[in-house]
Amino acid sequence: MKLSSVISTAGEWLRGEGPHHQVVISSRVRFARNLRNRSFPGWAKKAERIAILEVTKPAVEELPEMQDSFSELLQDLSALEKQVLVERHLISREHAAKGAGSAVVMNRRQTLSIMLNEEDHLRMQSMRSGLQLKQAFKLVDKIDSELESKLEFAYDSRLGYLTACPTNVGTGMRASAMLHLPGLVLSEMINQVIQAVSKIGLAVRGLYGEGTEAMGNLFQISNQTTLGEKEDEIINRLTKVIETIIEKEHDARQVLIQKKSNTLWDQIGRAYGVLTFAHAMSSKEALNLLSIIKLGVDLGAFPEERRFAIDQLFIDTQPAHLQKSSDQKLNAEERDHLRAQIIRDRLKVFPKPDISKMAREPGNGSTAAPSNNE
Amino acid sequence: MQKVNMCDACSKEKGVQDPTGFALADLLLGIGAAEEIEKGTPTQKCPVCGYTQADFKKTGRLGCSMCYVTFGEGLNTLLKAMHKGTKHVGKLPQRAHREIQLGDQMRTLTENLEKAVAEENYETAASLRDQIKQLESELSSKV
Repeated sequence: MKLSSVISTAGEWLRGEGPHHQVVISSRVRFARNLRNRSFPGWAKKAERIAILEVTKPAVEELPEMQDSFSELLQDLSALEKQVLVERHLISREHAAKGAGSAVVMNRRQTLSIMLNEEDHLRMQSMRSGLQLKQAFKLVDKIDSELESKLEFAYDSRLGYLTACPTNVGTGMRASAMLHLPGLVLSEMINQVIQAVSKIGLAVRGLYGEGTEAMGNLFQISNQTTLGEKEDEIINRLTKVIETIIEKEHDARQVLIQKKSNTLWDQIGRAYGVLTFAHAMSSKEALNLLSIIKLGVDLGAFPEERRFAIDQLFIDTQPAHLQKSSDQKLNAEERDHLRAQIIRDRLKVFPKPDISKMAREPGNGSTAAPSNNE
Repeated sequence: MQKVNMCDACSKEKGVQDPTGFALADLLLGIGAAEEIEKGTPTQKCPVCGYTQADFKKTGRLGCSMCYVTFGEGLNTLLKAMHKGTKHVGKLPQRAHREIQLGDQMRTLTENLEKAVAEENYETAASLRDQIKQLESELSSKV
């Protein structure tokens, strides 16, 4: 499979169809695994990294799930191509910085991506749309068991799976969900939620993981600890907390509608106005405004069938996706112009926000009609 | 105050030392991590990958799976502070299953052997010894 076909199709997890899709954009579960008694990628010399790759890459490519996969050495990808994969969350920012001795293998549906020689020898992750942590876990667990028969993973009976960073030792599992929380942000309750979540051993981060800013009211929530708790316990605990946050988000939206409808209406109107008429827009501004339009769709101010177009813009307006679509290298100013242009074009078919339909929030997303994508 | 930028070699030559060093470990693993790591012997070096304690302090990462044994002492306190528990209770690889089984068998055989010797049942003891030898070779081929 070619990279161009990866780019041209939205991954299954980007389609916004899963349970609770109004609030939960995507769920992902990743396992970190290492080969026994081989230096971890950060310490291994180039020759050893290549030797490790010669063992792990064929084993991964042979997986039944990886038939017709996209498999590429990092050194064979351009900086722009790597960035596209980062924006799709198919590889990490750290992995994009890697060259010789690292690789990525992903399946056609983009529900499974395995990074080879990132921080660990194998980082396998499964992505699903909406709140589907259990399903994502199931797939990556199956892949892990399949690989285990071919590769000898570093494992200790007391410490579990051994990883380059002690923060991952044990299960080596990080489960996370990307949440869209404009209601909690607008009602200034988000910090309370973040604090409460941090207290129970879960982490809240920005759009691209560790150390990144929260943009577009998007937050990643994940388990912080990996030792002393079973995988399914971690998944269940995280799912429960996310379900509570979903409830809080819906409550916050209701309160906004009832008590601050003018502010809400103003925000949606302004976002619509700027996106429809601006001629230059940074990716941060675009994300923040698109987030408000997405909220508008959730609240019924825009027709439900426009949802997919907005979800798509979240990805398509990211810097690398923008450049890839224009087939040329663009400077920041050119990107901002092109971004504004693409948004204007796509919003042309958008009706003006309809406040009368915004009386109350429709459902929790799990029963909403599927979007008319593709 | 005058700010001077020096490379590692020059700073050593001029006797300038950063007391904390570049302890990424603190940043990544929490304050006090670097200090905790230092509790072991500073000259400690991993026999498999050659990683040193200083490397660990600097990066907050380990060199290979054997480093968990090499730097075990300092690590245990760190892990305790970092995680919910100190023992893995999650997934077991199939291979580990087999090793645990073999370990259990070994324990039973050893106990029986001791009993047989105590009872001066030498015929049984000899047979048990053979079985243990066989198990040992199977176990060592796994390691």
